[in-house]
Formats: sequence, structure tokens, C-alpha cells
Amino acid sequence: MTSKITIYLALFTLLSACAVAPTPSGINDPNEGVNRSFHSFNVGLDRALVRPASTAYGAILPAPVEAGVSNFASNLDVPGDVVNNILQGKPQFALQNTMRFALNTTAGIGGLFDFSSAIGLPGVETDFGETLHVWGVGEGSYVELPGFGPSTSRDAVGLVVDLVTNPAGKIVPDVAGGIDTAAQIGSRLGDRNRFSNTVDSLLYESADSYAQLRLLYLQKRRFELGQTEAESDATFVDPYEDPYAQ
Amino acid sequence: MRNDPFSRAVLTRRIFGAALAGGAAMALVPGAAFALDVNSARALIDKAIADVNSVINSGKAEPAMYKDFEQIFASYADVPVIARSALGVAARSASASQMSAFTTAYQGYIGRKYGRRFREFIGGKIEVTDARPVKSYYEVISVAYLQGESPFDLRWHVSNKSGKDLFFNIIIEGVNMLASERTEVGALLDARGGDIDALIQDLQKS
Repeated sequence: MTSKITIYLALFTLLSACAVAPTPSGINDPNEGVNRSFHSFNVGLDRALVRPASTAYGAILPAPVEAGVSNFASNLDVPGDVVNNILQGKPQFALQNTMRFALNTTAGIGGLFDFSSAIGLPGVETDFGETLHVWGVGEGSYVELPGFGPSTSRDAVGLVVDLVTNPAGKIVPDVAGGIDTAAQIGSRLGDRNRFSNTVDSLLYESADSYAQLRLLYLQKRRFELGQTEAESDATFVDPYEDPYAQ
Repeated sequence: MRNDPFSRAVLTRRIFGAALAGGAAMALVPGAAFALDVNSARALIDKAIADVNSVINSGKAEPAMYKDFEQIFASYADVPVIARSALGVAARSASASQMSAFTTAYQGYIGRKYGRRFREFIGGKIEVTDARPVKSYYEVISVAYLQGESPFDLRWHVSNKSGKDLFFNIIIEGVNMLASERTEVGALLDARGGDIDALIQDLQKS
């Protein structure tokens, strides 16, 4: 725990000097060639392994078991969310997530049931990429990570920090070993299966699946970080005034 | 933790079809784009959802349903403007007859492309929560509830610049349909060496 706190403090000191993160617009993808080869790899991985595995996963497990795996996996993410809530200066969300974790771990039987949402206490999901954003780090360039999918240079750093410092491993060391990893994989396969039509249409029916995925990810991520509302005028597409539309 | 960007990013895509069909209702009252309020907008959306559901529940064969969805899109969206925007720069050099043929082909393509996803919309509902003027158009803010998914933010951009009240864009959790369509059509055109006639032919077949 101590070393992790030291890392966070070092990062915080380093970054708190920065101004508010600049609002991104458009697409910054200087490494498109490399990204496209990782995209091909990811699509190949999906076709050969992830898609068939997710279909089998969905076919074998009854829906309530799938939901249990998914709840269990996401409950183990909550301590990490709490740390990020605090680092972002949002103690109210940290409190809410702490209560959620306590309720789901006890009344939700180790996190298998999402008791907390059922009584109207939803989670506030976050990640270290968002923490970096709050600290003033800009989006950086778009990257597609092999095995993980779309990200940005800022969010890729966040992903690594989240994976390395996941506090679930410190709180319940036994659980966070193999079982956590297995639950996370199961949860991902469940998502892939549940949204099979959507993922298939994006990856296999788009004329340029790389460009579509990049566009979707960047817009979605900026929306999550609250970067669309303030700049809605700047990014708004007015086809009636579009230079191409004349 | 939100370390699953891939599946999160693609979730939004699935409801474009439902959204397109639902947005249809925006145009039910002629000349009302700038007189929309929350209540009338909600009523219009509810009506559209009912219309879409009646198509879904009609028991028709799927190709016939795609035709119905296309018709809803054609009636309530500003298809010529959306088609022109989707074509991007190439629209500048296209002839009037090419634009006309492209618009017709594109309309059918949209009806089929999003119509195929109609099952995801069964049992869904969209509630309008607010409407406000932005620049030269109206933004209607709604929340969509689809089965098995958390509620999400859905915005409709409505304009009367075509002479009628029609929607021209849909924003799903920040994801903009016009931008997505422009990327797709641009890639389709590139794959055909910029040949608009070839694109039109292939859209008619797809």
C-alpha cells in the first residue's frame, strides 16, 4: 500500500502543476499505421478466439450465473474506483462507492448480487485515465492497444496504473489472484456475447472498422469526461452550413 | 473500473436504428420546430415509439419491415441533407442526378442497415426530458431505456431549414450519427476509388 501511495503522490505532484486539460476536438492519430496493424491483430483475435469463446460462454452458462460472474468482477473493481474518486477530489463518490462495496460484499454475498443497485445506489465508475484528466492531462494521441482495444495515450497510462495498483489485490489477496482474473475474463466474454450483433456489425460490416471504432471511442470517452457539453457548439455538425454541403 | 473501452464504445451503436425510427416523430406537427416544448416533444416521441412498435409487431416479413422503417426515416428525417453530409467532400463534385440517385439509394440503405437491428428495440422506450434552442436549430434531450441496458442520453437535432420540421442528427451519449455516417460512406467511396456511381449501385444492393 505504501509504495502505491508514493506512486500516486509522485504523480500528483508532477501533474497538479498542469492547467485544466485542454478540450480535445477532431482526431489526433499520428501513429495510424501502427494502430491499424494492432487493429488487424485485435480483429483476428476476436474472430479466432474471443468471439467463439464468448458464444460458447453464453451458450453454456445460464443467464443468472453469467450475471453473478459479471457482478462479482465489477464489485472487485470498486475499491479501485474509490481510490480514483478520492484522487479526483470527489469524496461524495468515494463514499457512495464504499457503501456500495460494503453492501454488495455482504448482502450481495461476496459481490455475486448487485444488491446495491437494486436499492437505488448505483456505482460511480471511474478509472485512472479520468484522474489524469482531472489533474489536467490532455487526451494525447489515439492508440489501439493489442488485446485491449481503443484508448488514448493518457488513458493507456491510466489503464496500466489501474491494473498494477488494483487495491482489490491488497484487501483480499486470495481472491484477487486467479479468481479475479477468471471473473474479469468471464465478464468480458459475457459482454461480447450479449452485444454480439453490435460488435459484429462494427468489426465485420463497417467499410473501415478501424476508423469507426476510433470515432466511436473518442466521442464516447469525451462524453464520459464531460468534454462534450461545454464545447457542444464547437463540435456541432451543422449540415445546413457545412462547407461540404454547399 | 471502466477499463473496457471496447465494449463500451460499441454499445452506443446498436440503438441508432431505434433512434432513427423514434426521431421520426419530431416532424409530426408541421411548422412546430420552434414551438416545441418538453410536453409536445415527449408526446411526439411516444407516438413514434408506438409507430415503430407497431411495425415490429406487425408480423410482416423482415424485408417489408425494412421498407416501413425506411418510410419512417424518409418522412421525419431530412434525408437529402443527411445524405449530402454523409457523402462529405464528394458531394461538391457530384452532379444533380448523382446526388438524387445517391440520396434515394442511401435512404434504402439506412432503412435496411438499422432495420436489421430492430430486435434490440423490442420493449424499449424513450422519454423526452428537455428541449432547448441551440444556434439555428432545436436540441431535444431524451433518455433511452432499452432492455438489459442502463439508461442512456439521447439527443435529437431538429431543424426547419428544409421548410419542414425534420431531424438531421442524433447524438447518443456523445456519439454523433452524422459523423459516423460520414466515416462509413467516406470509406465505402474510397474503397471504390471515389466512383460515386459504383457506390450508388452497391448501396442499392446492400
